Amino acid sequence: MEAFVFYLLATLILGLGIMVITARSAVHSVLFLVLNFLLVAILYVTLSAQFVAVIQVLVYAGGIVVLYLFVVMLVSLKKAPELRSDSRRVARTGLLLAGAVLAELIAIVWYTSANGSAPPAQAASDFPPRLAGDAMLNTERLGWVLYTEYLIPFEVASMLLLVAMIGAIVLAKKNL
Amino acid sequence: MLEITPLHYSVLSAALFMIGVIGVLVRRNIIIIFMSIELILNAVNINLVALSDQLQNLIGQVFVVFVIAVAAAEAAVGLGIIIAFYRNKETVNIDEMSLMRW
Repeated sequence: MEAFVFYLLATLILGLGIMVITARSAVHSVLFLVLNFLLVAILYVTLSAQFVAVIQVLVYAGGIVVLYLFVVMLVSLKKAPELRSDSRRVARTGLLLAGAVLAELIAIVWYTSANGSAPPAQAASDFPPRLAGDAMLNTERLGWVLYTEYLIPFEVASMLLLVAMIGAIVLAKKNL
Repeated sequence: MLEITPLHYSVLSAALFMIGVIGVLVRRNIIIIFMSIELILNAVNINLVALSDQLQNLIGQVFVVFVIAVAAAEAAVGLGIIIAFYRNKETVNIDEMSLMRW
């Protein structure tokens, strides 16, 4: 059952990923991207990462993708950019380079699965998150870790978002 | 084959990563290139969550939260740049974006 769910989700995720990069119109690409993100969120639920799944739906599928949709609508094109340039040569080079990266990834996975031994599950588990027994839920534990161990990175991330917000306004506004 | 190990998730992640890389390299529309970058970030997130589940360690999920925050910042700034560029040049084709080429 678990295997069936995984293979179904993996097939759909990869298929939708291919649809995203091959779709002719950018609007279709964005819609496939939403579906892809929702399926990845389901995959997170099967990995018992409920909080990350909810964040994925809210921030990715709800926020970022709608931002993309706005930009696609704002940037109205009469002709797709692919039709205006010599895409054959570029596609060939791109596929060649991507094949090189794929070979490297396969080599890494193969090498680590052959030589590397995964650290035992118990070794790492007593570092941060275990506290007050196992009764805490995923979100509760994640919040605890985020606000104690990783408080400063968390605040830095909020500063990053503030800077990005101001930067986006400055860039997109016609005259300040 | 019927038991799902972290290797399966790594392979799925690598495949999605590759799809994103191919999108970045092959497509000429900069908006689609940005979407391919989102696919790449998602591939990394799948890996992090799968290993977090395997090692029973929450740090992977904390990292995913930060990756999502950075992805949101990247999308906002990148799309702002696209809009500013489109206003001046009326194009989103990266072959025509040679303003700062040396």
